[in-house]
Amino acid sequence: MNRHLISAADLSRDDALLILDTAEELARMSDRPIKKLPTLRGRTVVNLFFEDSTRTRISFEAAAKRLSADVINFSAKGSSVAKGESLKDTALTLEAMGADAVVIRHVASGAPHRLAGWIRGHVVNAGDGMHEHPTQALLDAFTIRRRLGLPPGAGATGAGRPTSRRGAGRGHAALDGVRVTIVGDVLHSRVARSNVALLNILGAEVTLVAPPTLLPIAVGGWPCEISYDLDAVLAKSDVIMMLRVQQERMRAAYFPSVREYSRRYGLDVGRMEALPEHAIVMHPGPMNRGVEIAAEVADSPRSTIVEQVANGVSVRMAVLYLLLGGAELPGEIR
Amino acid sequence: MTHAHPAGNGPADPRTSRASRSGDASDAGEVSAGLAGGKRVFEPAEIRRALTRIAHEILERTHGADDILLLGIPTRGVPLAERLAARAAEFEGRTVPWGALDVTMYRDDLRLRPARALGHTILPPEGIDGKTVVIVDDVLYSGRTVRAALDALTDLGRPRAVQLAVLVDRGHRELPIRADYVGKNLPTSQREMVRVLLAETDGEDAVLLGERRGALA
Repeated sequence: MNRHLISAADLSRDDALLILDTAEELARMSDRPIKKLPTLRGRTVVNLFFEDSTRTRISFEAAAKRLSADVINFSAKGSSVAKGESLKDTALTLEAMGADAVVIRHVASGAPHRLAGWIRGHVVNAGDGMHEHPTQALLDAFTIRRRLGLPPGAGATGAGRPTSRRGAGRGHAALDGVRVTIVGDVLHSRVARSNVALLNILGAEVTLVAPPTLLPIAVGGWPCEISYDLDAVLAKSDVIMMLRVQQERMRAAYFPSVREYSRRYGLDVGRMEALPEHAIVMHPGPMNRGVEIAAEVADSPRSTIVEQVANGVSVRMAVLYLLLGGAELPGEIR
Repeated sequence: MTHAHPAGNGPADPRTSRASRSGDASDAGEVSAGLAGGKRVFEPAEIRRALTRIAHEILERTHGADDILLLGIPTRGVPLAERLAARAAEFEGRTVPWGALDVTMYRDDLRLRPARALGHTILPPEGIDGKTVVIVDDVLYSGRTVRAALDALTDLGRPRAVQLAVLVDRGHRELPIRADYVGKNLPTSQREMVRVLLAETDGEDAVLLGERRGALA
């Protein structure tokens, strides 16, 4: 593992599988009477949010608290940032407070990378501009693996017979050959970027579907297929991931009308029925019901939207544990 | 995964922290290197007899093993718990529950080594409340793993009693902990390493005792 989690593309296949397998163990904790582990006692995790995000912040907060870390929430509104403090000065303040890890969300792509150069603690990217959102990609991969019944790490060979796990990186199930279709506003979506990178690392085959105006210029170099026709790819999708139409980031007309977008790229009941029997429907939230996804689809048993939220806590616990839980030996620092 | 129990210069040295219980491929290599030419101190037949005796002792001490639960500590405590449960079941003619208890998140030496992968915790659906839990591990050394296991149990419920069964007790305790059932007392020096091999995890049954060659790092 690297010192920081800034981009899903930085993860090796073994790193990614270690996070998913660790999350799998931690997820089983949620039905215990005491949902707390002493592992990060005395460590401080700062949630540094320059952009509004309730669900991601509380997910990180719950994850850190379940590992017994102290959590400090720092939101830009009403703070010294509103008074004009720079990111660097904020970082140095956090450093002086003894933050062992900083979970940062920022409107500017690259802010977590800059932050990592200024502080000694670990940096976790919780979404930077239109760049990346690696923990979302990890929780999506985790959800896909669980829902499609792909076995977790080498240890889970048959219930009631716990065989041992021998060495990280051997015998773990990845997502090899799973066909994932990501639909919608790829241009503004850090979730899509992180997912394409991570799913590719894990061996899945990704297809992006979007109007040409909502695809980034450099998308040709991404490790995925491109399609402009949603109906053509439905039948060959094991997973369909609907992206939110990010009206707040759109400063130009990317499509003629919401209604037309919804007709061509929205997932309605008819399209859901065209999916294979086992296929699942994902959405990173928050949803625009009736725009990219119909309410009946969002509430159907195939939808994993609520599960994704629960899985987010387990995955973020795994990330915090793997970054903060052990020692850093001198050779490890990268 | 190492199950060597390298003797150390004290817990402050990260390279000598013992009994990492979780998957760490690089460790396994170090351990085999460290134990090259290790002496076999326990043959398969002796291991079998020791486990048979421990199973009888557990039944005797718990008056027929009503409400007992054998919990192995990964990695090698788990197959040992399974074997003990199978023997006890054979003697009593009914099933004896067993499971696994991963203690990684409760260890006191986490910050001395890079974060490690977690093992499985497998408990019966009815939980551990009111049970007599027998913790099963391969080697008892400093006692720190057992301390972590006791903490982990506290978070899982309230057993009626907790006992400890180990295949090898090599001494050098650092905490006030002792085993209730011991397969073999093995006097060792702190410089030596004890490694338990089991058919389920290593392809054969043996206990090796060797001089640690060079530093573990």
